[in-house]
Amino acid sequence: MLRDYLPIAVLFALGVLIGGAFLGLSACIGRKRPTAEKLAPYECGLDPVSSPRQRFSVKFFLVAMVFLLFDVEVTFLFPWAVLVRRFTESGLGTFIFVEGLLFIFVLAIGLVYVWRRGALEWEK
Amino acid sequence: MEAFLFYIFAIVTAGLSLLVILQPNAVGAAMSLVGAFFGIAALFVLMQAHFVAVMQILLYAGAIMVFFIFVVMMLNLEPKQLRWRTITGSRLIGGSAAIYLLGLLLVALLERRPVGAGASAVWGGEPVEGTVEAVGELLLSQYIVPFEVTSITLLVAIIGAVTMGKREL
Repeated sequence: MLRDYLPIAVLFALGVLIGGAFLGLSACIGRKRPTAEKLAPYECGLDPVSSPRQRFSVKFFLVAMVFLLFDVEVTFLFPWAVLVRRFTESGLGTFIFVEGLLFIFVLAIGLVYVWRRGALEWEK
Repeated sequence: MEAFLFYIFAIVTAGLSLLVILQPNAVGAAMSLVGAFFGIAALFVLMQAHFVAVMQILLYAGAIMVFFIFVVMMLNLEPKQLRWRTITGSRLIGGSAAIYLLGLLLVALLERRPVGAGASAVWGGEPVEGTVEAVGELLLSQYIVPFEVTSITLLVAIIGAVTMGKREL
């Protein structure tokens, strides 16, 4: 079973290797002759107007919240989607299908609510 | 092999978790938390809890971290704004709760027996391999009511989020 995770481990190793190699190479080979001009923050060639740390609007927060909740919904539907075929073979297909649809229906009410409330629209 | 992997991932997770609380930069701490979540997912895999591992990455390392970043952006913490805190009443309560939780975990760890009222029922059941199929079968047949109640809980959370987030109703 652990063997199935080997591709993921290889992917991680390659990611670290390639990322680290590029960073390391540019740190070793690259020339470093810093001047005050070069070290200044670059913002489209102009001097920075304000601090990049600014307070963001709560609107982002609302979108993130709604995203999170529907993401949880998807993870619960994941085993349902995997298993529907197997349950159909054992004769429980309709039951499981309706069960999943009920789950989706309740959350569709939530989606309609979010929509009607205008939470998906960007407030000006 | 598995013990070896466990120690690697446990050390990585613990180290990254320490970075989360020691780093003065809030965004850096959030990134360390992503790494810690991946380490925890690997530990779940070693415990044969494959489905939980996938959920850990999808939900925690994905969705909840977006949330964390947004909170960091909203609070707009400058690194220099973090300083040593003084002891106040609420922090005393929070600290006591943390110590209580630590003690509870230590008791569970050392005595190797269930803690709390419902634990024996949970521990008495047959262990299930945590693949998507095995967990899903239980979730969709034996635990169908909690599964459906989850959708209602999520609906309540959605309504709550919109109600709090929208200024005019």
